[in-house]
Amino acid sequence: MSTSFLLICLFGLGGFSYFFGRRRIGALTRAARVKQHSRDVYHGSFVALCAVGVPLIVLLAWAGLSPLLLDAMLEDFLRRQSPDLSLGEMGVAMAKVKAYFSGALPEAFTGELIRSGSAYFAELRSASNQARSVAITLLALGGLAFGLSKLAPRFTARPAVERVFNAAMMMASAIAILTTIGIVLSLIFETLRFFDKVPVMDFLFGLSWSPQIAMRADQIGGAGAFGAIPLFAGTMMITFIAMLVAVPIGLMSAIYLSEYANPRLRGIAKPGIEILAGVPTVVYGFFAALMVAPFLRDSGADIGLALSSESALAAGLVMGIMIIPFISSLSDDVINAVPQTLRDGAAALGATQSETIRQVVLPAALPGIVSAILLAISRAIGETMIVVMAAGVAANLTANPFESVTTVTVQIVMLLVGDQEFDSAKTLAAFALGLVLFLITLMLNVVALYVVNRFREQYD
Amino acid sequence: MTNIENPKVKIKARNMTVHYGDAQALHGIDLDLNANEVTALIGPSGCGKSTFLRCINRMNDVIDGCRVGGSLSIDEQDVYDAAVDVVELRARVGMVFQKPNPFPKSIYDNVAYGPRIHGMAQDRASLDALVERSLKRAGLWQEVKDRLSASGTSLSGGQQQRLCIARAIAVNPDIVLMDEPCSALDPIATAVIEELMEELRRDYTIVIVTHSMQQAARISQRTAYFHLGDLVEHGQTETIFTTPQHQQTEAYISGKIG
Repeated sequence: MSTSFLLICLFGLGGFSYFFGRRRIGALTRAARVKQHSRDVYHGSFVALCAVGVPLIVLLAWAGLSPLLLDAMLEDFLRRQSPDLSLGEMGVAMAKVKAYFSGALPEAFTGELIRSGSAYFAELRSASNQARSVAITLLALGGLAFGLSKLAPRFTARPAVERVFNAAMMMASAIAILTTIGIVLSLIFETLRFFDKVPVMDFLFGLSWSPQIAMRADQIGGAGAFGAIPLFAGTMMITFIAMLVAVPIGLMSAIYLSEYANPRLRGIAKPGIEILAGVPTVVYGFFAALMVAPFLRDSGADIGLALSSESALAAGLVMGIMIIPFISSLSDDVINAVPQTLRDGAAALGATQSETIRQVVLPAALPGIVSAILLAISRAIGETMIVVMAAGVAANLTANPFESVTTVTVQIVMLLVGDQEFDSAKTLAAFALGLVLFLITLMLNVVALYVVNRFREQYD
Repeated sequence: MTNIENPKVKIKARNMTVHYGDAQALHGIDLDLNANEVTALIGPSGCGKSTFLRCINRMNDVIDGCRVGGSLSIDEQDVYDAAVDVVELRARVGMVFQKPNPFPKSIYDNVAYGPRIHGMAQDRASLDALVERSLKRAGLWQEVKDRLSASGTSLSGGQQQRLCIARAIAVNPDIVLMDEPCSALDPIATAVIEELMEELRRDYTIVIVTHSMQQAARISQRTAYFHLGDLVEHGQTETIFTTPQHQQTEAYISGKIG
C-alpha cells in the first residue's frame, strides 16, 4: 500500500472512530444510568486519537528510518556481490542501482551488478512496504479496540484528550529545538573537519583570505589562505555603517511616532515604515548597486574622493535603511509600554516634553531599545544579498569605507557556489564561517536577553 | 499659619468648564481654595473632582481633545492666560498621583529631578541638602538615607508614594495636588501620609481628591462635594459632615449613594 493510501485510510478510520466512539458512549451511559464524566465529543476524540495517533507516528518514523536501513542492506548486498569495490565506487554503484530502479538510468549503462542490485532493492522495497502496511493496520485496529475498551460513563476522557494535546504541542516545540541542535551539530562536525586541514589559529587570526585549493599537487599558488579576519572586519564595518544610519533614524522616528504624532498620523506612518521590512533584500541589493553606489562614486569624484563603484559605504547605507523598521517598530513598542503615569509625573514636576522623553521615558525604555538594536545588529550581520551586490566580493582588510570589502555571509555563498568536492577545505571553510557567525549572533541575542531581564522595570 | 476663620484665598475658580471631546466633564465650577488648608474634593467616580484637580496645574492640557473654559487663578494670576508658562506653573503646583509613579532612577535622582530641571541647586552640596530636606519632610529620610542610590521602584508602595511626595515638594511648590494618594496603600502607609499632610499644610496649600469619607473628615479643613460635573456643596469639613445643606451630599456622605 502506498503512503498516501495509508494516510487516507488512517484519516478515514479516525473519522469513523470518532463517530463510533460518540455513539458508543451514548449507549453505554443510557444503559448504566450514571452521570457521564466527559462530554461525548471527548470520548469520540479519545477513540479517534487511540486509533490514529500511534500509527501516524510509526508511519512518520518509518518514512525517516527505512531508507537508512534499506541503504545499509543494499550496501551489504553489493559488497557480497563484489567485495573489491572501493568506497567511491560503492557510492557510484548505489546511486546507479537506485537510478536504474526508478527508471532514470537506461539499461545500456548498467552492468550485471547494477541489475542484480536493483532486483534486490526492489525486493527490499516491497518487503518493507508490506511490513509497513501490516504494522500500521494492526496498530490502528489495536488502538481502536483499546480506545473502545476504555469507554465508560465515568471514564475521564476529557483530561486524556488534554494530555494528548499537551504532548502534541510539546512535540512541535521539540521539533524546533531539535532542528536547531541538529544544525549546530552539523556545523560543529564539519568545522572540526575543516580544522583538520587548516589550523584554527590560521583561520581565526589569519589576515589573508583567498580560499582556493590545489587541483593538482604540484600546482603553483595552489595553497589557499583561510584567514577570516578580513571577512569579519568587512562584516563589522558594514554593520557599523548600517547602525550609524539605522539607530538614529529608527530611534527618532520611534520617538516621534509614539510621543509626538497624533493617532491618525501614527496609524498611517507606522505601517508605512514597516513596509520597509517587507521589501525583499534583493531589491535593496540592486537599489544599492545600481543607484546608491554610482551616486556615491560620482559625488565622491566631484569632491575629489576616490570611491570604488562597489563600496562598504553603499552597502552599509542601504542596509541601514533596511534595518530602520526593526529598530523603529520595536522601540516604538517599548516606548509605548512606558506607563503614562511616568510621563504625567515628569510633566507635573514642570518638565517639558523633550525633557520628559530624554530623562524619563527613554531611560525607562532603554533595555527594550538596547535589545532592539542588538537584534537589528544580528540581522545586519546575517544580511547577504545587499553586500554581494553593493560591496563586492574582494576580501580587502581595510578600514576605508570607500573601498570594496566583503562579509562572512557573502563568502559562504561564494564558497558553496560552483563545483567542488564536498570535503575540500574550500567547502568546509563555509561551515567554519557559519559556525563563527552563528556564535556571534547567538552571543548578541544572549546579551540582548540579559539586558532586557536585568534592567527591566516591572510596571504593574 | 492662617486662621481658619479668616483664610487667604489661594486658588479661585470661576465658571470652570471642561469638555473631553463632546462630553462635558465640568459644568461651570465656582470654588475658592484657601492657603494653608487641606481641601478635600469628594464625590462618586466620574463626578469631575479629578478633572477639576488637573485644571489647577493644567495637566488636562496633555489630554487630546480636552477643552477648558472659564477662569482659574492662583494668587490672582490667571493660570490659563496665554502668557503663563506651563512649566513654571507646574513647578509652583506639585502633584502626587493615585498610583505611586517613581521614575526608574535612584531614590536620590527621583527627588533631585525637579530641582535639576529647574536649576534650583547651584552645586552638589546644596542639591544634597535639598534632597535630604525633602526626604525628611516626606518622612522617608530615616528609611532610605543609607540607600539613596537604590532604585526608587525598589521601595514598598507606601514608601514610593512618600518618595513621590518628596519629589513634588523638592521643587518648593506653593500648592500640592493629591489625586487619591492613598488608594493604593495599606492603612498603615495611609496613616503615615495623612500625618504628613497635616504637617505639610503649614507651608503648602493642599488639594486632595479622595474616595474615603473618613480620610476627608480626618485631614481636611474644607470639603467640596462634586456630583456629575457640578459642585454641589462646599464649606468647612465639619459643617459638611455634620449638617450638609443638600440632601444629595448627605446621601453620599452617609453611604447611601456613590
